[in-house]
Amino acid sequence: MNNLQNFTKGLIKENPVLVLLLGLCPTLGVTTSAINGLGMGLATTFVLVMSNLVVSLIKNLIPDKVRIPSFIVIIASFVTIVELLMQAYLPALFEQLGLFIPLIVVNCIVLGRAEAFASKNNTLSSLLDGLGMGLGFAFALTLLGAVRELLGSGALFSIKLIPGDLMLVFVLAPGAFIALGYLIALSRKLNK
Amino acid sequence: MEYIIIIISAIFINNIVLAQFLGICPFVGVSNKLSTAAGMGGAVLFVMTIATIVTWLIQTYLLEALGIQFLQTIVFILVIASLVQMVEIILKKVSPSLYSALGVFLPLITTNCAILGVAILTIQKNFNLLEGVTFAVGNALGFSLALVVFAGIREHLDIMEVPEGMRGVPIALVVAGILALAFMGFTGLV
Repeated sequence: MNNLQNFTKGLIKENPVLVLLLGLCPTLGVTTSAINGLGMGLATTFVLVMSNLVVSLIKNLIPDKVRIPSFIVIIASFVTIVELLMQAYLPALFEQLGLFIPLIVVNCIVLGRAEAFASKNNTLSSLLDGLGMGLGFAFALTLLGAVRELLGSGALFSIKLIPGDLMLVFVLAPGAFIALGYLIALSRKLNK
Repeated sequence: MEYIIIIISAIFINNIVLAQFLGICPFVGVSNKLSTAAGMGGAVLFVMTIATIVTWLIQTYLLEALGIQFLQTIVFILVIASLVQMVEIILKKVSPSLYSALGVFLPLITTNCAILGVAILTIQKNFNLLEGVTFAVGNALGFSLALVVFAGIREHLDIMEVPEGMRGVPIALVVAGILALAFMGFTGLV
């Protein structure tokens, strides 16, 4: 597989959320608006790229038996870095995303890519794989956030487009499940 | 009274799956059959309670005592991962019958974000140990309730005529949304 494919496969064809159905907790939890979705997506992308990079660099040094715990420590370190950076420079977004920032550690996408891809491939393709998967995740979250924000409050990226109250339920918990259900169905239709 | 409020609010009002979106992966993944859903619920109850006790003790007597709270994420996930392993080994030795009932679900629990989520929430809410345990048990019961109800509905969904693109996960998510809508009726109960 060439490098371009490593990068693009995560965006649409193997989109982690819409096709592989991984990392659904943050997908549903933070997407009350497009900007929150984008923020969470980019934070996860950073962790994914860095952990893929480090794992692919030291894959030959890690004994096979303790590889999963080692991956978890690497991922948790980068999550802590993101946590501290966001707390310092983006306190408002950090407040909004709340619990889901430390929970990037248990996002199945990150550990999944480390185990399935970075531990078997070279550094450059692991880097591109992480970037593609991360941006695919960010894309899905932003899309879901945009749909929910538009249907729920008639705004997009906090810019009010439709006046008046709309279907508030889409900003609340039930709307997250329903909107994601239809988005997955739509992506299946388009991918065929 | 305080403890009853914590339990009721964790099970119904702030249901961990349907209102807080934690533990969605097992919620979607192992809710095809009622019996597996119940098994998963039991395993989560077991691990969540122990994990909350251990992480609370570590936070209070190690991280806070030494002033290294920023290591919380790394320490907690490692503790939970090793705890799950330990529970698996002990259970295998002490109670083989319980192990065969919960065994297959235990490895899955490490990456169940509900466990880490509840451990962190317990710290964030400044609960004492007993409140923390109550909170963990309440959340685990809420998780089991959502999982079992959802599995019951999905067993019926299997024999329904669903449009082709909606089959499987999409229709399950829409159903979960309706279930979440029903749970919103509990808002304001306490």
